[in-house]
Amino acid sequence: MKKVSLTIDGKEISASEHATLLQAARDAGIQIPTLCHDDRLAPYGSCRLCSVEITSGKKAKIVASCVYPVENGLVVETMSPRIVKIRRVILELLQASSPKGRVEELSKVYGTSTDKFEKELTFCILCGLCVRYCSEVKKAHALGFIGRGIEKQVVFFPEIALKSCPGCEGECFSLCPTGILPNKFAQSVPSFGKVQPTVFPVRLWDEDNFLNLTRNIT
Amino acid sequence: MSREVAMLGEQMALQEKVEEICAKYNRKESLLIQILLEIQDELNWLPKEALLRLSAQLQIPLKRIYEVATFYKVFSLILRGRNLVKVCTGTACHVRKAPVMISRVTQLLGINPGETSSDLRFTLETVGCLGCCALGPVVAINDEYYSNPTTSKLEKLFNECQ
Repeated sequence: MKKVSLTIDGKEISASEHATLLQAARDAGIQIPTLCHDDRLAPYGSCRLCSVEITSGKKAKIVASCVYPVENGLVVETMSPRIVKIRRVILELLQASSPKGRVEELSKVYGTSTDKFEKELTFCILCGLCVRYCSEVKKAHALGFIGRGIEKQVVFFPEIALKSCPGCEGECFSLCPTGILPNKFAQSVPSFGKVQPTVFPVRLWDEDNFLNLTRNIT
Repeated sequence: MSREVAMLGEQMALQEKVEEICAKYNRKESLLIQILLEIQDELNWLPKEALLRLSAQLQIPLKRIYEVATFYKVFSLILRGRNLVKVCTGTACHVRKAPVMISRVTQLLGINPGETSSDLRFTLETVGCLGCCALGPVVAINDEYYSNPTTSKLEKLFNECQ
């Protein structure tokens, strides 16, 4: 395999050409914080915490290292003042929706506070770890995203979950960076007479959430 | 019993329709949006049975279809009326008094945006932009566009709808 050489935090590093910046840095012992990354899953780039500053020529730009491929002669800074500032804002925004778990751990490291932004506790940062694990590793496809933008949320499909979740024993829960464990899906499906909802929210973050969901999806 | 038979027949027709459309698009996963649009053209909305069949036909997980179908506002996962009334609320229409148009249509149809009348005759929706801002405020009835229709004009148009 072809090798490329680049500089990360002033250290000369050689990495295989298909590696991402994150892989190259971790192989060289340089730590970059992540929330949505898992070695078993395809890179996703949703949490942006792994942002690093890259310089080629005169221009410096910010990229997500977990999805950015290595390049010959690239100069990477993983802890520049600009990066730290960005990470702090990202953490503060994440804390507004989910202040516990790994988000809390990282916020201690970066010294951010939970009350910078108005709280909207959904206890989900949409990192997609559970959804992707269920699809990519377990091939069960019991979890999925619904909606987009501020309405986007993780749901499970009771019909599929009833079949696949009991055999898996909630491996997706342990991946969750928010530190809040949901109820076990398959057992937690409420019965609505004979009608089973097509989708059910993993996080019941407000009373109307479920009603809205069933109103728009039959 | 006969009702059950009729329902079964309906189901079969729906399954066949979905299969036909899938075959037309060579069961290509990348054409999912086009296929969904065509299914919706036929049925007016996307029933779960159709999506289950589609999932089996294209060999993609059901959750993928729901992710796509809930991402785009054009898809409806709930039953819609026979006639679809869209009121544009894009920026140009908004400054040309789209809110007045919404209240006009709401009053005439007796339903709010996002609702379907109980006789399944009308569904009222608001949309982001219909792409003809010079005509604003725009109302579209079954994909026929009308520029700033008066109450009497709307009433006439609605009466013509079956």
